[in-house]
Amino acid sequence: MLSLIVFLPLVASLVLVTLPIINDTASRWLWVAVATAELALVFAVWLRYDTPSTGGLAFEEQVPWIPGVNSSYHVGVDGLSLPLLAMTAVIFLACAVYGLRETNRPRLHAALFLFLQSVSMGLFVSADLILFFLFFDLSIVGMYFVIAGWGHGDAARSALKFFLYTFLGSLSLLVGFIGLYVAADPHTFDMVELTRQLPLQGSSMAGGLVLAAILLGLAVKTPTVPFHTWLPPAHTDAPAGGSAVLAAVLLKMGTYGFLRIAMPMLPDAWRQWSWLIIVVGVVSVVYGALVALAQTNLKRMIAYTSVNHMGYIVLAVGAAGVVAGDTEQARSIAITGAVTQMVSHGLITAALFLLAGVLHDRASTYDMDAYGGLAAPAPRLAALFAIGAFASLGLPGFSGFIAEFQIFTGSIAAAPATAVALVGILITAALFLRTLQRVFTGATRGSSVGFVDLRGPELLSVGPLLLLSLLIGVLPRFLLDVIEPAAAALVQLVGR
Amino acid sequence: MQPMQLLPEILLFVGGLAVLITGSFQPRQRQWVTRIIAAAALLSAMVAAGIALPGPTQFPMNGTFTIDVATGVARIVAAFGTLVVLALASDGIAGSVRESETYALLLFSTTGTVVLAGANDLLVLAVAFLLASIPLYGLIGIAGTSEGAEASMKTYLLGSLFGIVLLVGIILLYGISATSSYPELAQRLGAAPTGAVAAGVVAVLAGLLFKAGGVPGHFWVPDAAQGAGGAVAAFLTTVPKIGAMIAIYRIVDLLPDTLAWPLLVAVLATASMTLGNLAAYWQKDPRRLLGWSTVSQVGYMLVPVSVAGMVDSALPALLLYLAGYTVTNLAAFAVSTAFPDRRTLDSYRGTGRSHPWLGAALIVALLGLVGTPPTAVFAGKLITTAAAWDGGLAWLAVVVFINSLISLFYYLRWISPVYGSGGSIHTSASGAVTPARWSAISSVTLAALSVVMGAGAGLILGVLG
Repeated sequence: MLSLIVFLPLVASLVLVTLPIINDTASRWLWVAVATAELALVFAVWLRYDTPSTGGLAFEEQVPWIPGVNSSYHVGVDGLSLPLLAMTAVIFLACAVYGLRETNRPRLHAALFLFLQSVSMGLFVSADLILFFLFFDLSIVGMYFVIAGWGHGDAARSALKFFLYTFLGSLSLLVGFIGLYVAADPHTFDMVELTRQLPLQGSSMAGGLVLAAILLGLAVKTPTVPFHTWLPPAHTDAPAGGSAVLAAVLLKMGTYGFLRIAMPMLPDAWRQWSWLIIVVGVVSVVYGALVALAQTNLKRMIAYTSVNHMGYIVLAVGAAGVVAGDTEQARSIAITGAVTQMVSHGLITAALFLLAGVLHDRASTYDMDAYGGLAAPAPRLAALFAIGAFASLGLPGFSGFIAEFQIFTGSIAAAPATAVALVGILITAALFLRTLQRVFTGATRGSSVGFVDLRGPELLSVGPLLLLSLLIGVLPRFLLDVIEPAAAALVQLVGR
Repeated sequence: MQPMQLLPEILLFVGGLAVLITGSFQPRQRQWVTRIIAAAALLSAMVAAGIALPGPTQFPMNGTFTIDVATGVARIVAAFGTLVVLALASDGIAGSVRESETYALLLFSTTGTVVLAGANDLLVLAVAFLLASIPLYGLIGIAGTSEGAEASMKTYLLGSLFGIVLLVGIILLYGISATSSYPELAQRLGAAPTGAVAAGVVAVLAGLLFKAGGVPGHFWVPDAAQGAGGAVAAFLTTVPKIGAMIAIYRIVDLLPDTLAWPLLVAVLATASMTLGNLAAYWQKDPRRLLGWSTVSQVGYMLVPVSVAGMVDSALPALLLYLAGYTVTNLAAFAVSTAFPDRRTLDSYRGTGRSHPWLGAALIVALLGLVGTPPTAVFAGKLITTAAAWDGGLAWLAVVVFINSLISLFYYLRWISPVYGSGGSIHTSASGAVTPARWSAISSVTLAALSVVMGAGAGLILGVLG
């Protein structure tokens, strides 16, 4: 089942590349069809999902791959990965629908996104470090070509910066993985086995160094301050769909790595360094929000709010490492909040980036000062953007509120100092409201004049994302029921 | 004497002789016959080596030669590499004045490489070194261009120098141990004066590193890669390394603990990969860039050598890396020979659109050389670095990954014009935009093979033990 989910888009991608007979229209619709099938498959997995035992996985499949180093094709899901898997399927379907309007080499475009979907799905189901690394690395390669091939502005340079920077992260990650492998006895790359063995437990020097390598790799990908500088140019110059996938899915690979690899495999070192992770989280929250406030380029602004939102997740996972007597439940809530935030940020930010793509499509600029009074010619765009903005700033009723509420409830109970980060919410609210005013209200002027409102594919891609965010905000139980047992299990694992 | 055990070597050498003689009696437009003979010799050598591969380790010719998995892999991979070079040559060299001579020299040099890999005696090593090197001097200059002549001269002078250094090292080792046989050296070197052993070993390694194209014997590689014809450049940056690296492994494996040889090899590895990568940075000619990149690859290959005998996976790791590297590097060179007139990185602008298959092959090959999964070089790099870390050289693993990052930049300098947006389809002055047929087929096949080998790395490692 999981293998089908991972490889179906890859097969479709290869079909698109190798059969030039498929014309542009057919390739766009094939993409939509495959993305829909993926979503249906993930839905089926969700329906049949039963919470596995602590440290175990559901829907497991394991085939030896490189037995010489005990690396296998090992996949499975649990409450941490299943929501991300579902979110990824939703995002890629939205991008497929949005891509119905793509005119620049649509066949290759569809093939590339299908390839990206394969590696993203694969990453979230990986239960082997080498398999995880493989998908981690290929996601970078895929995104490089999306930005370099379909981007605008200084796309080549941004793509290069993105590639080099995140490749640095992935290599650092690989160094950490090999460290875990060498320390394990018998040597293995299997995540389940490593979580059971805890190879570096008790050796604080080696454990700290390996954790440092893994954290560097994940921090670059997440990204957290001070490793975030690749993100704004990459987002600004990427095409809309690329930005959506980058923000919604690729950034999650970093934060997912904290939950899946760093915390359960190096609990000792994680607890020891959790203060540093909290500090990085708080700085990312506040710094990301402040820099976002200063932006005049809409896409850059959304990019920096990503730094801010990912900061909450880092903050929460850091707080989960502050092990004290009676805060177990609080830490579990923080982790639940972190996973919810990953899903929520994915949905909302992807929607915002797709809407920003519409701006560029119509008027070729992201400069907020070039617009004004856009609500009059484009009411649907204004409404959706406003919904997205409110969802993003954490208004109750949307998924962002559920996520951030839990993150702060859990984090402040476990580590009261994290309350400092609350100021981030305030700044985010200010900047989104200001953006709404600048772009959508007032007299229609500049590039807003003659602006064509959202068309079918654009509406159909963005709308469902925001609806889902609303659904999670109002009826979160279906999601939390999956996450909470896994979060509680993770707290157990970190407490060892 | 059990000549049948050396059947692959005999086939290669006799094939070379047959090519030479047949070529002398054929008119120029019928020289393709010699290509068929050469290909048949290579194929039959591969088959013979494949049949012998699962057999037990043997020491024929009075113990001066080793037939084990490493030799078997060297035979197969070297013959395969040369076979690919023949395919590339059939685009550029077919019908040229020196066609059959080129094939003969390729076969002789391949024989030398294989003997180098199997040598179990210092004297056999010296002979193999010469057999592998001397045809190379001729091959580099055979196209008759001024750059080729210069590169040939440079290689010849350096080769003579390092050949003498190698001989001096052999004499030293023989002088202090009164034997040239590896098993006896392994027993006696421990008791010999450490300084003399060190001097002898350094000299022998220097000679072999010339053959492999690593620091300190690397100076000829970029010039030869740039100046020689495309097929020859592909050959000399790939096939000789196979024999030289296995020979280095065998030498290092017999060294006593009195010598800090792991550190020596690790330093050489670091020097090779760092220098090769930094020098490749601003190259404009793709072949020169690849030339420097092969210098850095020698550094990666030295990583498992630095833990030879200490970690079980060291030798399989080296062999896997050699096989993966051969396939990947040849794929990259095949793209270059498919467009023989494109001698700047910028002239590849738009290739991704005009020739999507070749563009994809180039990307797979170059990202493969960086070590991106799931290509063969990634599997090799993973296992070599894990072996090094396991052997206590964690810092070397970190150096490898820092160097991989450095190398990514210059490979991307080639990739980005190929696939960047807004490029126009390039037409060179001579108007040749149709890629050479055999090179194109080879590059796509090899790129696919490198991915298949990476995905099937487990199976390959199973064969390698």
